[in-house]
Amino acid sequence: MSQFKSLQSLRKRHSPLAQTERQLKILEDGIFACGEAPLFSDKIKQTLGRPLKTTQLDILQVNLGYMCNQVCAHCHVDAGPDRKEIMTKETMELCLEAVKSSGVKTLDLTGGAPEMNPNFRWFVTQAKACGVGEIIVRSNLTIIVANKKYHDLPEFFAQNKVHVVSSMPHWTKEKTDRQRGSGVFEDSIKALKMLNEVGYGNPERDLVLDLVYNPSGAFLPGDQDALCQDFKRRLDESFGIKFNGLFALTNLPISRFLDYLIASDNYEDYMWTLVESFNPAAARAVMCLNTLSVSWEGYLYDCDFNQMLAMPINDSRKHISEYENDLMDGRLIKISQHCYGCTAGAGSSCQGAVT
Amino acid sequence: MSYYDPKDLRKFGRITEWSETLGEKFFDYYNSVFKEGALTPREKSLIALAVAHTEMCPYCIDAYTKDGLERGITKEEMMEAVHVGAAIKSGASLVHGVMMMNKVNKLDS
Repeated sequence: MSQFKSLQSLRKRHSPLAQTERQLKILEDGIFACGEAPLFSDKIKQTLGRPLKTTQLDILQVNLGYMCNQVCAHCHVDAGPDRKEIMTKETMELCLEAVKSSGVKTLDLTGGAPEMNPNFRWFVTQAKACGVGEIIVRSNLTIIVANKKYHDLPEFFAQNKVHVVSSMPHWTKEKTDRQRGSGVFEDSIKALKMLNEVGYGNPERDLVLDLVYNPSGAFLPGDQDALCQDFKRRLDESFGIKFNGLFALTNLPISRFLDYLIASDNYEDYMWTLVESFNPAAARAVMCLNTLSVSWEGYLYDCDFNQMLAMPINDSRKHISEYENDLMDGRLIKISQHCYGCTAGAGSSCQGAVT
Repeated sequence: MSYYDPKDLRKFGRITEWSETLGEKFFDYYNSVFKEGALTPREKSLIALAVAHTEMCPYCIDAYTKDGLERGITKEEMMEAVHVGAAIKSGASLVHGVMMMNKVNKLDS
């Protein structure tokens, strides 16, 4: 395993930002408290004429734990090797019950590194047996080469027709390693080649490999299609790597990215950038309308970001054991100023741009 | 205190408030220029960055450095673009040396 740079999680550093209340306070203060910039709730009411409400369940996103072999500079989960929170098999069984009863189209597995959960493979095969249309695994890539026990993950993914979504912030070693840790670029390239070898990224096959791009600093992602073309050309020319699509994601101002914004004196400018890039079309297509996020403990959230801010759904049924299909019928979505990250520019979701 | 305040860049759109027609014509033109054409928006962004430097406009440097990062343009590409601008700027000075040479040759027999 490569020696990644010694960044630590906010929790391990005992940073005040490890407290979600502190993060929410920062998001409510500053340009929003003095009325200089509109609150996200007001912007939504002005745009839609009503608050944001859920429509239906299309994606069940399950966070299998915060443990990760990497410590990325901008991680919104504050994941890392020191995080021991892992979903139990019992909670996974409850998730499978919800998959069956809801008939959800997509099961989206994330972390941390979801593959590090000891019941990860069991969960994927059980979900496959439930007949869910699509299983997404958000892989950090380096886990595949981190330890011998993970080397056969590409074959496992292929056997189960998993849709692999992998983080790859840039085609250059320098930018990737700066964001995700020293040695990550080379290990990611190795892992992508292993995925290509079993058929991922081949347009003739039904094995989908998408990359996730998120900016390396305090700026928005550019045009998703243009970035995709650039990544395809550069990764193919330099390494012969193929992939299907690219999701361009905006960094939301929470957790370690919020810490970075404040430490680098970019916070206020970044919030202005998000506010001024508000796109009404993106506001009409945000992912929380049709997504339910489940934490490692089984609690329910409107999205992974709200999960990390400890903002549970606006319903008395807050746990996956209490899941019922009417949970997605026009439920009010919990919001704060971080939500501007999903409506800026072309919009941002776990599936990339929304417009 | 500097005459330039980075926050003023956010107020640029307000120039239309005192001359709506001309302001809007300018922004329509500006936005059209940067659309995909015979040149890609990426190429246009690098040209804009080079010109921002030759014009020594702090607002434009801020704006097109950020624009370049958003487009995935590398810092090496950005610096090469700045050098193109600088080379033309210095060349434009230096080529006037021919005028000096002409004058010397005329005056000093």
